[in-house]
Amino acid sequence: MSILIDKNTKVLTQGMTGNTGSFHTSQALDYYGTQMVGGIHPKKGGEMWTAANGKELPIFASVAEGKAKTGATASVVYVPPAGAAAAIEEAIDAEIPLIVCITEGVPVMDMVRVKAKLAKSKSRLIGPNCPGLITANECKIGIMPGSIFKKGSVGIVSRSGTLTYEAVFQTTNAGLGQTTAVGIGGDPVKGTEFIDILEMFLADDETKSIIMIGEIGGSAEEDAAQFLIDEAKRGRKKPMAGFIAGRTAPKGRTMGHAGAIVSGGKGDAESKIAAMEAAGIRVSPSPARLGTTLVEVLKG
Amino acid sequence: MNIHEYQAKALLKSFGAPVAEGVPVLSLADVQKAVDTLPGPLWVVKSQIHAGGRGKGKFIEKEAGEKGGVRLAFSKEDVMKHAEAMLGKHLVTAQTSAAGKQVNRLYIEDGADIEKELYLSILVDRATSKVAFVVSTEGGMDIEAVAHDTPDKILTVQIDPLTGVTKADGEKINAALNLTGSAAEDGLRLWPILYKAFTEKDMSMLEVNPLIVMKNGHLRVLDAKVSFDGNALFRHPDVQALKDETEQDAKELEAAEWDLAYIALDGTIGCMVNGAGLAMATMDIIKLYGEEPANFCDVGGGAGKEKVAAAFKIIMKDPNVKGILVNIFGGIMKCDVIAEGVIAAVKETNLSVPLVVRLEGTNVELGKKIIRESGLNVISADDLDDAAQKIVKAVRG
Repeated sequence: MSILIDKNTKVLTQGMTGNTGSFHTSQALDYYGTQMVGGIHPKKGGEMWTAANGKELPIFASVAEGKAKTGATASVVYVPPAGAAAAIEEAIDAEIPLIVCITEGVPVMDMVRVKAKLAKSKSRLIGPNCPGLITANECKIGIMPGSIFKKGSVGIVSRSGTLTYEAVFQTTNAGLGQTTAVGIGGDPVKGTEFIDILEMFLADDETKSIIMIGEIGGSAEEDAAQFLIDEAKRGRKKPMAGFIAGRTAPKGRTMGHAGAIVSGGKGDAESKIAAMEAAGIRVSPSPARLGTTLVEVLKG
Repeated sequence: MNIHEYQAKALLKSFGAPVAEGVPVLSLADVQKAVDTLPGPLWVVKSQIHAGGRGKGKFIEKEAGEKGGVRLAFSKEDVMKHAEAMLGKHLVTAQTSAAGKQVNRLYIEDGADIEKELYLSILVDRATSKVAFVVSTEGGMDIEAVAHDTPDKILTVQIDPLTGVTKADGEKINAALNLTGSAAEDGLRLWPILYKAFTEKDMSMLEVNPLIVMKNGHLRVLDAKVSFDGNALFRHPDVQALKDETEQDAKELEAAEWDLAYIALDGTIGCMVNGAGLAMATMDIIKLYGEEPANFCDVGGGAGKEKVAAAFKIIMKDPNVKGILVNIFGGIMKCDVIAEGVIAAVKETNLSVPLVVRLEGTNVELGKKIIRESGLNVISADDLDDAAQKIVKAVRG
């Protein structure tokens, strides 16, 4: 088992013909044969697209057509910011179960609209402004480097792309490996929050421990900590290590990620670390010791 | 992106919000003309800088006098005296650094008879993913202090994006602000106007503090602070035109041209990192080992050789930088490309401070080889802990 995606997941690429979409669709095909089944382009429907390894994929004029003809269960969005929300909405209308938006720079007001639509839909959105997700040795959606993964027992969830890579790399080096790693994205309004992913990891038999990486801004880490406390009371608990980025970030400045800002006296690192520790997560002071911290937790 | 108070008010006025008459001035020569267009008998002369707490702020220069950055004038001569005292001087507030901000613009406004001061702001509530009005009867004060001391005096009203501000929402806001009579009627008209301005212009924050009830019973926007979602500026050229570049750090402006996320800080160790989370974590680990970062710098996921070199040069423009830490986890970015960019920049800038490079990920061996064989004085590190310890040691000599 794993969460969200596995070797049976069939993925459409929205924005496949652009540089980024094209490169990463080729990369995904080379990752344990991830089932990329086609791409979407309103004006190029009926044409074929050729991957770096020579494999050809069909291009469809709409997500609905692509889903009908391929049985796709997921889509990944590489469409530039101005059109990204419309691309997500098209995938929601086509009732794609899992939509992953990699695009960075989607206007917040567009996401407010998308979230209202998502709430009444059959779809789950991950992102935007995220690296996507990988189930080790099975399926890769998005831009994470597949080479650092190793099949194993750690579930990873993070707001930051490169810190996800750190956690993956360190757990691989520690010999633990991963089930699934999910980057939920650095924007203030996003499809999936920590709680959703933590719930899935708690329910997944193969996931024996969890790493959670947060950063300054908002209160998603505090909400997740409360969720973990509540679940632990019901006997659902797994060993966890964590990290919060941005202890030294100045107030009122957006730190690269649109959602990484301490404002109105809220969202600072210290309150997040305190909440996570209260929920039983061992929070590492150093991003270089995520793997070793988890190993210590597992030793008990 | 932030704008000045006078720009925010002009924008809100264009949507139909009640604001006082006022004229922005950039030089003393314009003051007389400005004041003649306003009726009096009361004028307010307001410093325009991108920072709050102006009224309680203090000027560094003695000749600016003891008063703050917002001054009342009861005659046209007083307006001129205040303008002379404040323009060009440096105002220090709770939200600026100790060096303050130079006041390059003033806003001269018609005075108002205040009966009551209220607080109103609009923002996107991250927990609900909806636009929310945050209101309080405690206007004119630092809202963070109100939130801390008397949180029950702050009320939040969420707006459904499918309906916009309904009459029921409007009445909830009115009730929270204890509005009655003509002020309540004004409110029901004003809330949808502010919501429209917020959503149509892609604001990330709209703060009216204070919103006032005047002696004649009507509402007026007395102060306005607006910031915009940087990700939506592409569809608002009119908003982009309001940018005041003198408010921004020169290095940050140059970084923006290269599409680099760069924020100048006060420490001594320059950082160049890929990814926002890792860039913050790199700052944190420098602090963990006892030094302070000189900047936040995220070169992004797909930076090429030129961008890396540009980032390096911008970091070096900070005279406080005593050493540089490059930390790259190359997923999409290839370590050899980074290495070449760093080497090129070191040669071009004749780097004279210690440099520690930590590379990991795609093509890491090739990247390390390029650095090793460059013949330059670059300290290589194995992981982030090692890198942080090495750069801290290096700057301490």
